[in-house]
Amino acid sequence: MSSRGYEAVIGIEIHVQLSTATKMFCADPTTFNAGDNENTSPVSVGMPGTLPVVNKKAIEYSIKTGLALGCDIRRKSIFARKNYFYPDLPKGYQISQYDQPLCENGTITFKVGDTSKTVSITRAHMEEDAGKSTHHGEYTLINYNRSGIPLLEIVSGPDIRTPVEAAEYARNIRQIVRYLDVCDGNLEEGSMRCDCNVSVRKIGETQFGTKVEIKNVNSFRFVEKAIEYEIERQIDAVERGEKIIQETRLWDPDKNRTFSMRTKEDAQDYRYFADPDLLPVIVSDSMIEQFRKELPELPIARAKRFQDEHALPEYDATVLTTEKDLADFYEATATESKNFKASSNWIMTELLRELNQANKQIKDSPIKPQQLGRMIALIDKGTISGKIAKTVFQEMWDSGKDPEVIIKEKGLVQISDPAALEKIIDEVLAANAQNVEDHKTGKKKNLFGFFVGAVMKASKGQANPELVNKILQEKLK
Amino acid sequence: MDLTFASISEISDAVKAKKVSAKEVTKHFQGRIENLDGKLNSFTSKNENALQDAEAIDSRIAKGEDVGPMAGVPFGIKEMLCAKGMKATAGSKILENFVAPYDSTVVARLKKAGIVVMGKLNQDEFAMGSSNETSYFGAVKNPWNLECVPGGSSGGSAAAQAARLVVGTIGTDTGGSIRQPASFCGVVGVKPTYGRVSRYGIIAYASSLDQAGPMVSSVKDAALTMEVISGFDDRDSTTTQKAVPQWSKNLKADVKGLKIGLMKEYMKGSLHPDVQKTVENSIETLKKMGAEIVEVSVPMTEFAVPVYYLVAASEASSNLARYDGVKYGHRAEIKNLSAIELEDFYGLTRGEGFGKEVKRRIMLGTYCLSSGYYDAYYNKAGQVRRLIMNQYLEAFKSCDVILSAVTTAPAFKIGERISDPLTMYLNDIFTTSTNLAGLPGLSVPFGMSQDGLPIGIQLTAGHFEEQKMLDVAAALESASAVKGKHPHVI
Repeated sequence: MSSRGYEAVIGIEIHVQLSTATKMFCADPTTFNAGDNENTSPVSVGMPGTLPVVNKKAIEYSIKTGLALGCDIRRKSIFARKNYFYPDLPKGYQISQYDQPLCENGTITFKVGDTSKTVSITRAHMEEDAGKSTHHGEYTLINYNRSGIPLLEIVSGPDIRTPVEAAEYARNIRQIVRYLDVCDGNLEEGSMRCDCNVSVRKIGETQFGTKVEIKNVNSFRFVEKAIEYEIERQIDAVERGEKIIQETRLWDPDKNRTFSMRTKEDAQDYRYFADPDLLPVIVSDSMIEQFRKELPELPIARAKRFQDEHALPEYDATVLTTEKDLADFYEATATESKNFKASSNWIMTELLRELNQANKQIKDSPIKPQQLGRMIALIDKGTISGKIAKTVFQEMWDSGKDPEVIIKEKGLVQISDPAALEKIIDEVLAANAQNVEDHKTGKKKNLFGFFVGAVMKASKGQANPELVNKILQEKLK
Repeated sequence: MDLTFASISEISDAVKAKKVSAKEVTKHFQGRIENLDGKLNSFTSKNENALQDAEAIDSRIAKGEDVGPMAGVPFGIKEMLCAKGMKATAGSKILENFVAPYDSTVVARLKKAGIVVMGKLNQDEFAMGSSNETSYFGAVKNPWNLECVPGGSSGGSAAAQAARLVVGTIGTDTGGSIRQPASFCGVVGVKPTYGRVSRYGIIAYASSLDQAGPMVSSVKDAALTMEVISGFDDRDSTTTQKAVPQWSKNLKADVKGLKIGLMKEYMKGSLHPDVQKTVENSIETLKKMGAEIVEVSVPMTEFAVPVYYLVAASEASSNLARYDGVKYGHRAEIKNLSAIELEDFYGLTRGEGFGKEVKRRIMLGTYCLSSGYYDAYYNKAGQVRRLIMNQYLEAFKSCDVILSAVTTAPAFKIGERISDPLTMYLNDIFTTSTNLAGLPGLSVPFGMSQDGLPIGIQLTAGHFEEQKMLDVAAALESASAVKGKHPHVI
């Protein structure tokens, strides 16, 4: 995107909350809905004498994320202390990784519209979260439930050029960590937060402009809007001959603007040094190989496979791979039905519609993929018609029963026996003798559809429509 | 049985054999504390439930339960260690009213072994000091001469032990804080190999140097206490997985065939004549007992004191950041909290809460870690530290244990050096390099000064070689001039 001859240079830092059951350095639970300060212990509130112990699961999740982002995994990484004072930071320092992060030098490639975009991942390092302060005029309350929650901070290179790319990048990171099952990606609950670094320069310039950081943006739409606003603000300033000051800004979604939080002059000297309470994190080659083996197929690769092996259109493949659960659901359905496109159609239209209406996740679908797959196979076998299938589907959704059971209970088996059909058709034609006459003499046109409808009605929808057509055509010659 | 001078195992055996009840033992030592501590100021708080705790041990013995190797043995614990329900002030105003909500691993293990916590022992504020004059709760007196310091920072532990107000104590050693006061007060003090003893629940001064250890009346008691408190702890990542040897059972006062290293660099300094004499006597004694004396060299030890102060102060500046008046501890009285800047809130609280020496080291450490100075100070100190360790490893290829003085002189007078921090820091010249290298070290009483003050001998061994060190100490103990002598205060 170029605006008034300028281009933006954007880098994004995403804090991903690792979905471990316990905190980064102690056994406190990480549950979201706990009461105030319920998920705390002497360690997470930094009582005198307490020591951190690294959560191995958090290391595993971080390595898996690093591998999925094509990063090099450091065989020996170091936890450092980042020293600063704040009431919700219980120890007076945050344990983080500084000059020796666990993951470095990765890349991520994703689609933006029709084009493919590659963004480098400078690093991904582990750290603990701080607590949360809430200000009430005269006083401040602090909740330390988040204190010590494990985070992986994924830092992109300055490779993003447009707000749309930025939002797409963030969505893709979310998609990947959700595929890996290392983060629930729930932005409302703070499981992901984005810091956007934005600068502008005249097109053709190679130097970066002064960057401004927009901190803690908690929705992809806001990422896009905040960066959009910021680019325009910076271009306006440059055009007016003003200097951009390096600062941290916040996004106000109500006013649709960013505002200054602090300038670089207030920047802290964090006095980083290796945390003497923790040993270096040593990662062996065999650990990395093990984790690599455990990596799931990632969305882009999976979408490509769905196109290549299942002959699905790109659109279907992309939609079905947005979420791992959805892709898994599709694959299980397709395996059962052996009809890829029909499986895709049923999921993308009927199932996703029902899920949306019921505000349900795919994993909570009352219809199991095997059930849906068998239903599709029943259509292909001619046991039920596509029309009956819609009834069966609805019944499956409501009751969770197997399609065979529903068909049997409701007597929905398709009548494909020509003799039986002939009998019904004869009865219908006899009861509509005048219409038959009119049809044959051409007095009335387009009566064929009427007869089909009447037969279907008489058969309670069970007649095989193809056969009905065939027999009717012969009888009405 | 003379409870006052009994050893840990004598008391434990007697209690288990029901010759004396834990309650009687506790009462006896409570009486001693009551009578004598007014002169020493070694206790900062007493365990109000000590008698009930002792009774609980007695009733468990009555039921035939195994109560551990320290049944009913009264212990005093340095303020740095958290003991559930008791104050843990670290000798500081900022933690004046802090009550620990949990047991440190050391205290938990001692309790499991059957001790009765008698109370918490005075110390230099946050273990910063070599004389026990920086405590917010006042200076501790040396029981051998009340005008003298007991040494620091575990001065309360050393004084209480020397005066037999308890049967055993625990101290902590960051740059010599167990060995130096042990030497000044005539008790045995051991700093184990870094990683031997869990630091969980010990208020941190300098995490990479701190290690807790026993300060007791004999080498055997020290070995026994070490067995109880040592071992892997899943709450401290820096503890070793190595098995804990049976030091007390294996203890032998036999040095035949052992090579005792004398460090060239430690032999050239100017020692107080009484200390010089004590070191010479100890060497002669060991020679006579069949040890071989060899010269070793750790050239970089010359820089141990400045490196120690850079590392310790840097880590301390970070470790002490949590004392901010937000969650616990002292908070400055501020009339209108909402009208004050956050920075000022911290400034007022910490300004009031910390003493002079602690502030000095926080400032020093903050400076060392700040950008632009990190490489010149903290990073460089780390490099020298590694060299010191490597040179020690090299030295231990040609000897089993290194022998030296603990300090340049016997205990000095209270107030004599407090206004001269540099002289005070140089006190630690023989002790700090042990911590920097993570080695085990101890002080065993061996000589007496002309003025009637005990003088200790320092022994240092390779990593996890505590047994050799304890064996040599036991040999020296058997020929010690301090044996049978007691402080005047008793």
